[in-house]
Amino acid sequence: MSRTQLAGLAVTLAGALALVGCTSGGAAPQPSAAAPTTLTVVTHDSFNLDAALLKKFEESSGLKVTYVAPGDAGTLVNQLVLTKSSPLGDVAYGIDNTFAGRALSEDVTTAYASPALPTLDAAALKADDTSRLTPIDFGDTCVNADTRWFEAKGMAVPQTLDDLAKPEYKDLLVVPNPASSSPGMAFLAATVGAKGDPGYLDYWGALKANGVLVAKDWTEAYSVQFSGSAGKGPRPLVLSYSTSPAFEVVDGVAPTEGLLQTCFRQIEYAGVIAGAKNPEGAQKFIDFLLSPEVQANIPDEMYMYPAVRATELPEEWKKFAPLSDAPIEVPAATIAQNRDRWVRDWTDAVIG
Amino acid sequence: MGRRLGWTLAAAVPLAFLGVFFAWPVATLVARGFLDDGGLSWAGFEAVFAAPRTWRVIGTTLAQALAGTMASVAVGVPGAWLLYRTRFRGRWLVRALVTVPFVLPSVVVGVAFKSLVISTGPLGGLGLDGSFGLIVASLVFFNYAVVVRTVGALWAALDPRTAEAAATLGASPARVWWTVTLPALAPAIASAAALVFLFCASAYGVVMVLGGAGYGTIETEIWFLTSQLLDLRGAAALSIVQLVVVAACLIVSNHLQARQARAQKFATDAAHDAPWRWRRDWPTTLVTAAVVGGLLLFPIATLLERSLRTASGHGLDHYLALGSAGGGPLTVSVWQAAANSLRTATLATVLAVVLGLLVALVVSRRPRTPSGRRALGVLDAVFMLPLGVSAVTVGFGFLITLNRPPLDLRSSMILVPIAQAIVALPLVVRVLLPVLRAIDPRLREAAQVLGAGPWRVLASVDLALVSRGLGLATGFAFATSLGEFGATSFLARPDQPTLPVMVFRLIGRPGLESQGMAMAAAVVLALGCAVVMGIAETMRPKEATTW
Repeated sequence: MSRTQLAGLAVTLAGALALVGCTSGGAAPQPSAAAPTTLTVVTHDSFNLDAALLKKFEESSGLKVTYVAPGDAGTLVNQLVLTKSSPLGDVAYGIDNTFAGRALSEDVTTAYASPALPTLDAAALKADDTSRLTPIDFGDTCVNADTRWFEAKGMAVPQTLDDLAKPEYKDLLVVPNPASSSPGMAFLAATVGAKGDPGYLDYWGALKANGVLVAKDWTEAYSVQFSGSAGKGPRPLVLSYSTSPAFEVVDGVAPTEGLLQTCFRQIEYAGVIAGAKNPEGAQKFIDFLLSPEVQANIPDEMYMYPAVRATELPEEWKKFAPLSDAPIEVPAATIAQNRDRWVRDWTDAVIG
Repeated sequence: MGRRLGWTLAAAVPLAFLGVFFAWPVATLVARGFLDDGGLSWAGFEAVFAAPRTWRVIGTTLAQALAGTMASVAVGVPGAWLLYRTRFRGRWLVRALVTVPFVLPSVVVGVAFKSLVISTGPLGGLGLDGSFGLIVASLVFFNYAVVVRTVGALWAALDPRTAEAAATLGASPARVWWTVTLPALAPAIASAAALVFLFCASAYGVVMVLGGAGYGTIETEIWFLTSQLLDLRGAAALSIVQLVVVAACLIVSNHLQARQARAQKFATDAAHDAPWRWRRDWPTTLVTAAVVGGLLLFPIATLLERSLRTASGHGLDHYLALGSAGGGPLTVSVWQAAANSLRTATLATVLAVVLGLLVALVVSRRPRTPSGRRALGVLDAVFMLPLGVSAVTVGFGFLITLNRPPLDLRSSMILVPIAQAIVALPLVVRVLLPVLRAIDPRLREAAQVLGAGPWRVLASVDLALVSRGLGLATGFAFATSLGEFGATSFLARPDQPTLPVMVFRLIGRPGLESQGMAMAAAVVLALGCAVVMGIAETMRPKEATTW
């Protein structure tokens, strides 16, 4: 390993010096006659799948796969947009519906309808009608409550967005900042979906008056400020996922629950990158992500629901990680058009 | 003639490296912000500077950096006395310990500090959560070592006879301190302050976590504009502001370091530390104990406690889980990530030390012409620049520059050690430079008189003496690379994470198990860095005064 790295370094340095030496720069990419044997997957930094599965894909496809993870979902999409003229890789996975609109309007992916995805599931989770983005998994971003805290105080657990603004729940809620966190952005979208635009700003005004705490990111909100997790913080209400309670189970009991009327449905897509060197390999990888093995592995490793709804879920999820019956939805195109304005206006109104 | 060619080459190799892997990507990305439909445009600049938020962000950045610097100096100078002028058992351990925060991942430090000050935390009653004081405290946490090491090392080399003479002539201790010691230390204090200001002004993770939503800094704003809004114009405008701030710090620091190098010539070789005595040392001991105990150990102890917290009390469960892959919440075990870290850090260290040695050798020359001296001063400052430029800017810059053969390195693992080497390079130069500057020119002249050629002089004088600084330089580079997160997170591949990347991923997952493992992995990382620094500390040469 280190020897190949050293060799790589030598080549790199030689290349660097050559580049500095001659101003004409790099050569044009060479077209290759044979089918490519490598595949580059661009994903986000939460990407996690069973190593044995990934290995199996390499063996069955005969492709050598490289994974690149430049940051969160937003960073991923922005990097794809920036590198359109010289694509980062062959296939992207992890573009969520709060960024899907930007990916679609910038045309960073090309159409591919995978046969591995049942038509009904595809229709339920599609970003638009062009199949440029294939849904792989989804999840609900919801407010979580520390049920034991409410029991101890003899208080009812709040249920709706409106409840959160009521005086009896003053100073209890912590949310991640929409400007620096994707679950935070999902919650902002939920308030837009439920209260309208610009009604959402009035709702946030009410939340602010009711003492909502804005944390930098999910980690601070959930693991430091929330009373129901490892950090034992002061606040019993936190914006997280509907699946989070399944990870807090001790001795068969979950001390937290998701408030299913406050959920925004987040959908993660994959797509063949426009200008990919290995588009066939990219399609194979999308089929692989939708295969029964990977779909069954997604809840454990990615904490999301599989897009293929026939997939069997882990036992604890059936009990402690229910999906919302009526998630709040906002079309990807609407989000793409307005997201920057929402975030800026939200920042002005809530942070000041 | 051949000699000049040799020195030019020695400067050209590191410059080419920095040019390709830092200046070119950053300049390309910043330039994108000024291009509008193919033409040059200042519209982005105007929009950014018309927004009141921009000025508030710049103001916050400067205020927080100024307060952090002043506080670090105020507690760092007493610490320098205690750790470099008095002798006591376990001194090397304390010296190694104060360096650990410098390399801890900021997300972990953020969680540790926040856990202390939330209303249910041990310091919950003080109302520090989200306060300016908390940010300043965290900046001192990270930068205390910079002041202690920089000032302490000069102090250790300071000739005590001047102070003794003043005391003999009837000056009170306060007067001796004010008229003799402080002026002698001033260059080191000012130079440390400039460096700390630079670190504080570009602090990213910890400010974001601790400051709460209201505390935007230039660095966090660049991150937000680039990676969330893709507003390259705004990011470019702010990057330029940041470069101006950084360059100003470097000019000040550089100027003061040159003065320090001159001041140093008056120092003798003898060691001047005296055994610790309560009657003389109690004020510095109390201040240092308060800082090391309260500010450094308390948050680290919080991490330790959380790493031991299990569903049924306390235990080693999370440490045992670090070895599991597949069974736990991760596909790669933490030990495998640690092995990745060691491998990349080794490569980064080799790169940083080799390039740093070249830079230090070149910069330590004493050219006869003023223009030559100025050129070397600029060269020295250029290699410090990476410390003050946003990792987001460099990361995005890589994507749009190193993107076609022969340099399509965007998915290559080689970029990780290269990025880490660029971060560690300035520290290596700062360690080696004073050693080389302290070499008496007469030594070289004597060798020449005895018939040694220029290469022979270099080998038998410069390289022979600088080898004593290499241990410390290697230790610093290694510890920095081990803990580096900003640039690494942009480049690390998901199947080959480093330890800090692993900590970041674990801490982003719900449940006691993931959180506990994140804390345990962070403790392992801190311990590894402490061991590396402890070893490096024993190899410290007297001349390595800056660090």
